[in-house]
Amino acid sequence: MPKMHRGRTIFAGILVVLALLIGTAYLTRDKTSSSVSITAVGSTALQPLVEAAGEDYARDNAGVFVNVQGGGTGTGLSQVAQGAVDLGNSDLFAAEKKGIKAQDLVDHQVAVVGITPILNKGLNIHDLTSKQLQDIFTGKVTNWKELNGPDQEIVVINRAAGSGTRAAFEKWGLDGAKSLEAQEQDSSGMVRSIVSSTPGAISYVAFAYGNSSVTSPAINGVAAKDENVKNGTYPIWSYEHIYTKGKPNQAVQGFLDYLMSHQVQSKLVPKLGYISIHDMDIKRSMDGQITANS
Amino acid sequence: MNAKLADKIATTVIYVIAGMVALVLFSMLGFILVQGLPHLSWHFLTSPALSFEAGGGIGIQLFNSFYLLVLAMVISFPIALGAAIYLNEYAKKSVWTNIIRTAIEILSSLPSVVVGLFGFLLFVVQFKFGFSILSGAIALSIFNLPLLTRSIETSLAQIPYLQREAGAALGLSRWETVLHVVLPAAVPSIVTGVVLSAGRVFGEAAALIFTAGQSAPALNFMDWNPFNISSPLSPMRPAETLAVHIWKINSEGIMPDLNLVSAGASAVLIIVVLIFNFSARKLGMKLFKKLTSS
Amino acid sequence: MDSITEKIKRQSESTRKDRFGRTLSWTALTFIVLVVALIFAFVLSRGLNTFIANKVSVTDFLFGTTWNPSVVNPKTHQPFVGALPMIMGSFLVTFLSAIVATPFAIGTALFMTEIAKKRGAKIMQPIVELLVGIPSVVYGFIGLTVIVPFMRGVVGGSGFGILSGTIVLFVMILPTVTSMTVDTLKSVPRHYRESALAIGATRWQMIYKVILRAATPGILTAVVFGMARAFGEALAVQMVIGNAALMPTGLTTPASTLTSVLTMGIGNTVMGSLQNNVLWTLAMILLLMSLVFNLIIRMIGSKGELK
Repeated sequence: MPKMHRGRTIFAGILVVLALLIGTAYLTRDKTSSSVSITAVGSTALQPLVEAAGEDYARDNAGVFVNVQGGGTGTGLSQVAQGAVDLGNSDLFAAEKKGIKAQDLVDHQVAVVGITPILNKGLNIHDLTSKQLQDIFTGKVTNWKELNGPDQEIVVINRAAGSGTRAAFEKWGLDGAKSLEAQEQDSSGMVRSIVSSTPGAISYVAFAYGNSSVTSPAINGVAAKDENVKNGTYPIWSYEHIYTKGKPNQAVQGFLDYLMSHQVQSKLVPKLGYISIHDMDIKRSMDGQITANS
Repeated sequence: MNAKLADKIATTVIYVIAGMVALVLFSMLGFILVQGLPHLSWHFLTSPALSFEAGGGIGIQLFNSFYLLVLAMVISFPIALGAAIYLNEYAKKSVWTNIIRTAIEILSSLPSVVVGLFGFLLFVVQFKFGFSILSGAIALSIFNLPLLTRSIETSLAQIPYLQREAGAALGLSRWETVLHVVLPAAVPSIVTGVVLSAGRVFGEAAALIFTAGQSAPALNFMDWNPFNISSPLSPMRPAETLAVHIWKINSEGIMPDLNLVSAGASAVLIIVVLIFNFSARKLGMKLFKKLTSS
Repeated sequence: MDSITEKIKRQSESTRKDRFGRTLSWTALTFIVLVVALIFAFVLSRGLNTFIANKVSVTDFLFGTTWNPSVVNPKTHQPFVGALPMIMGSFLVTFLSAIVATPFAIGTALFMTEIAKKRGAKIMQPIVELLVGIPSVVYGFIGLTVIVPFMRGVVGGSGFGILSGTIVLFVMILPTVTSMTVDTLKSVPRHYRESALAIGATRWQMIYKVILRAATPGILTAVVFGMARAFGEALAVQMVIGNAALMPTGLTTPASTLTSVLTMGIGNTVMGSLQNNVLWTLAMILLLMSLVFNLIIRMIGSKGELK
């Protein structure tokens, strides 16, 4: 059967060519770049920043490749704690996340994000106290007229449970109280468009997403602005963390230094709507102790 | 009772229902295309996505989708073919065969999100592949196996028994009959089945979110060596596909032109799936003509 | 003599090849079965952790109505892990979408097989096939950009909710149910139709009294199949249902399904923690439900055969 033989020869030929190709590819692989690869996994909020910084860093430092993956804060922390990746991106202090052995991890705070409540414009409310905020989100008040607003039912929209924005808002905005179970959305843009189109709606977003379609009320008379976060008068904000397991090696340290450099902090960080860590007048520990930033 | 009247009414109702279903499809296709087509351009199809600025494209996602599709097909086709041959040609009716068939049916009705989580647990975490093309391709293969097995088995079952008897009469063993008589005759419908399942794999997202990952790092399209991490062919890089991209930017996207990008990406996805659908039928018919005329 | 016995006893080339082919294809099949077993083993071992390692009681989990795994209930000293809201949500969208889809599917299938055979097949067949092929994220995108704002305008509220989820799922499972119903209707023997018409039945009487009765098991299978698909659908539903882990109080208030809580939460929790384990338990429920749907389909099938 010559036909069958031909088929077999072609098949064998393809296999040999493939093997040869893979072999040469392996031999000629770029040994320098595959030798240093920094992997970061975790928070999707931090991912764009690390990604953009990583691309710039790899361009300036031939032979270094920064591989950034999402997956969420929980994934990032558990992977870095296991030593599976170099960097774990997190919206929270590792100790705040249940199930993580925080003592092994070293915290590198790379940026600050301010969070503002947002209200439907029709409410015409421009000022809220922390107490009122807490009452709204824990369900103690259910109608805006109880807060001197119009007779309108309160519609609470939450971020996903376990998301960094929600955790920070509950901790610093609600004084640790847990928000009632309500609708959850994971996208800031979606949250904003729901709030702007739903009468009586309230939610919270990072500063960068507040715009004229919603009101962002002052908290205890302090406006939700970058400078109020920097000088410590506005309370609802959180750090963005990058964790390493133990002391980072040289390559990883190099990248972390780059993230803290003027170039990244004064350009990329504000572009993404974060506040540069260098601009903070104060420091805040996990349990809320505020000290002056030297 | 007036049977004639009932008949008329029922006929009208059925016409209306069929018309409504057709209307739903056309309005959906129309909506996607009208929304998305104006946004399509060479730039959009080839440039990388931007996570926080307007003007990003879907180039890398598009490439990832096709690459993953090819890998998943390379892995799943031989297995599905073997399984289908055994089921249709060798298996006798027994409890065992029954259990195996049930297993395949269960696998086919398994929610794809469960397949994705299984892949996450086994390949990403346990085998330390990370969020990578490799993990994604294996998860997609698992998702694809039962569909493909069933479609190939149906194709084989359509070949008249007479052909197998003819093979046996020529003194061929069962395996040789399958290889030289049954398979060639079944090629047209197997090809149709493969291309149709390719369409489903191309649009699958839930199985990939936690296996291939949700990030698409920049690629160096000059470097085709699969052992380099920034090469498009590297199996160890995270690879967000088009379908995952649509899901992600809709649920947590932050770029200002989010709606345009997701409309454009949806249009591309639909167009590719439509092409798969039409070409499946065309290809099947062409092959059928070619193979039966000789 | 000896050489002859040897020759006879020796396997021929063909037998060897056959054995080779048989083993090869058998290996492929076994591989698939192994994968299924592995999936079950992994998901079950993770999912049962909630009950074994974290000592959550099964009844609390299945019938508790508060879902907030990161908060500990001061009374029982166990976290709030009542999964009933999601279970209810999943079943509600599944049943509602199946109820809406069934008449449409039967109507379209009848149109294709009984009313307008030629035109029906020519026009509707490609339409149904195209609908099957549309990826679920595209359905989600349409739901988010068309159905949710529409519901917001019509019934008020945020527009997210069970009703929006039902509409999206209805369109998603319609083609699956339709094409399977078409297959069953086609398999009803021709002489059924002919004898019905011969004794003077109108077309509708023939359809209603003969064909639909004969095809009932097949149609039921198709519907259950669609329900299985709806139950496991993740992304399209997650995009439109609103994701509030609350007991559904109405069709237009935000709710959640097993799959939506899973996809939202799995990345935000830490492997091995209770918060993560309970999510795996939800995955386990999904797995077991697809088993149940399969069993139902088998039961309908064997009942249909007996007739």
